[in-house]
Amino acid sequence: MTISPELQGRSYPAGPVYDVGREKIREFATAVKATSAAHFDVEAARALGYADLVAPPTFAIIVAQRADAQLVSDPESGIDFSRVVHADQRFTHHRPIVAGDRLVASLQVDSVRSMGGGAMITTRAEITTDDGEPVATTTSSILVRGEEQ
Amino acid sequence: MPAVLSELSVGQDIGSRRIEVSRLDLIRYAGASGDFNPIHWNEAFARQVGLPGVIAHGMFTMGAAVQLVTDWAGDPGAVLDYQTRFTKPVPVPDPTATDATAEDATAEDTAEAGAPGSGDAGSEAATLGASSEAAFAVVEVRGVIGALNPEASTARVDLTVTAGGQKVLVKAQALVRVA
Repeated sequence: MTISPELQGRSYPAGPVYDVGREKIREFATAVKATSAAHFDVEAARALGYADLVAPPTFAIIVAQRADAQLVSDPESGIDFSRVVHADQRFTHHRPIVAGDRLVASLQVDSVRSMGGGAMITTRAEITTDDGEPVATTTSSILVRGEEQ
Repeated sequence: MPAVLSELSVGQDIGSRRIEVSRLDLIRYAGASGDFNPIHWNEAFARQVGLPGVIAHGMFTMGAAVQLVTDWAGDPGAVLDYQTRFTKPVPVPDPTATDATAEDATAEDTAEAGAPGSGDAGSEAATLGASSEAAFAVVEVRGVIGALNPEASTARVDLTVTAGGQKVLVKAQALVRVA
């Protein structure tokens, strides 16, 4: 199945709220082998001026990939998840994510380019609080390999 | 100990970090991140789709590499922007592999670790964090100051991230707020 170039410009509205919990921040920080006390100890985070535990710089991927899932699981997208390779990733933080944040993410397909028998798809997730405060913008390119690649 | 811009210069080395990556690390990252793509835990599946075997999540490598920057900055919230391209996969050896399909390094590591009395006991030990017997890949991270912006009070840290002598992340850059 081929990737439709018409995916470019498609957008998906914000999905359900993602509640950022302390234990999730601790779990994610452990998983990326992060050691900063601000991920684990509320007092250490407050000493740096944050309201609560601070998420690691790539934590937003959890929220962004939930938004991406809308595209990948969209039957019209033609994306075979097993043939997807992550090509690039960027996080722009408008402010750090902290425990207690209630986040939502809308997704935009910025570009679709043919690459051999496959396609490179670049998406952008705008992550805000459920009140609309900008928190992070993530951009991600995935290469969907063609059958012969 | 936040970084102070007036004490920094372009080209300055901020240090290095060595990260060991085992299958257990990938399973832990899959659970923490919600990325359960089988190429990160199922050897047969990974080979079937043309990979050399199970590979690390690019996002695991990206997430682990930036710790060099956050430790240097003294504040994980000081990373304003972080980007990379994923150029080469990081194959992570199977600690239970004993046959010819395993990578050479894997077979050696397994042999050196000795044969555990039972496979179940071995994997149970791994879940308890006894990683010394597990096979692993090694990711090396080095950071240098790539640019300074006094108006914005930011420093750009350029990371060189390699595994097995090959660059696995390219154009890995973190923009950091400095004092």
